[in-house]
Amino acid sequence: MRDFYGVTLDNPLMLGTAQYPSPAVLEDAFHRSKASVATVSLRREGGEGQAFRDLIDRLGVHILPNTAGCYSAREAITTAQMAREYFETNWIKLEVIGHGDTLQPDPFALVDATEALCADGFKVFPYCTDDQIIAERLIDAGCKVLMPWGAPIGSGIGLANPYALRTMRAAFPDVAMVVDAGLGLPSHAAEAMELGYDAILLNTAVAQADDPAAMAEGFALAARAGQLAANAGPMPVRDMAAPSTPVIGKAWL
Amino acid sequence: MKIEVNGEAKEIIATTVTEALEALGWGEARVATALNGTFVPKGARSTTALTDGDKLEVLTAMQGG
Repeated sequence: MRDFYGVTLDNPLMLGTAQYPSPAVLEDAFHRSKASVATVSLRREGGEGQAFRDLIDRLGVHILPNTAGCYSAREAITTAQMAREYFETNWIKLEVIGHGDTLQPDPFALVDATEALCADGFKVFPYCTDDQIIAERLIDAGCKVLMPWGAPIGSGIGLANPYALRTMRAAFPDVAMVVDAGLGLPSHAAEAMELGYDAILLNTAVAQADDPAAMAEGFALAARAGQLAANAGPMPVRDMAAPSTPVIGKAWL
Repeated sequence: MKIEVNGEAKEIIATTVTEALEALGWGEARVATALNGTFVPKGARSTTALTDGDKLEVLTAMQGG
C-alpha cells in the first residue's frame, strides 16, 4: 500500500478550505466527507488568521499548506519555509505557477524549488503537469508523492487527459499519486481513483456547490467507490459483446 | 524608520523584526515573517536588524486550495 511520506490516509479525499460561504459550512463539509487532509495557505495578516487556525485545528485532519500564487522558485521556497514554521509541518503542497490564465505549473521552476526544499527536509507534494519526464525529475529530487493536474485549477473539467494520467500511474507504481485540481463532479473523482490514483485533491467543486457539505460527501463516496474498484481489479475492456448468461444448456426452441 | 509592511509604507520606531512586530501590535500574534524576500525564523527575529526601506512580510493562516 502506497502512503504519503509514511502517513496512511483513512480517506482518499483531500479537501481545500477556500471559497466556502461560511466557516460553519466549511466545517460541515469536512465532517460529512471525513476528508483526511485540509489544504491551507499563508497570507498577509489581516486579523482573522488566529480564528481560521483554530478552526483548522478543530477539524483534526492532516494540514497541507500550499504555496499558491507563487510564480518563482524563490517565492515558493520562502513561502514553504514560512509555512513550515507556522503550521509546524514538513508537508508542503508546492505550487509554482507558470501562467495566470491556465494556472499551470512552471515545470522548470517547480523542479528547482523541489530540489531545494527536499534537500532542506521538506516532504514535497508537487502540483505538476502529467508529463512523465517532469515526474521523473521530481522523483529524482526526492519526491515520494506526485500530484498531476486533472485539468486547470477551478475549471471543473474533470480528467482532461485520462491517457496521460493512466500511463503516468503505470510508470511510477511505487509512488503515491494524487489527481489535483480541475475536478468538477464526483464521477471525475471515481474515474481518477479507478485509474489507480491514491487520492484526489479538490476545492472549488465542493466550496462553490449550492450545498457544499452534500457535494463533499458525494466526492468522498465516489472516491471510495473508485478506490474499491481499482483494488478489486477491473475486467478487461473488449469491443465485441460476450454473453454473460451461459449458452450451454439453452433450450432448442 | 520607514519600512514597508505587507505592501504598505509604515513609519515605526524599531531596530529589529521583533521590535517592529511589537510596534505594529503583533507582538503576541502567531505569524510567520520574511524580510526582503528571505524567511526570518521566529528565533532570529530579535537579532534581525532593520534598515530604512526594508520590506517586511507578516503572514498568517488563510483559506487555501
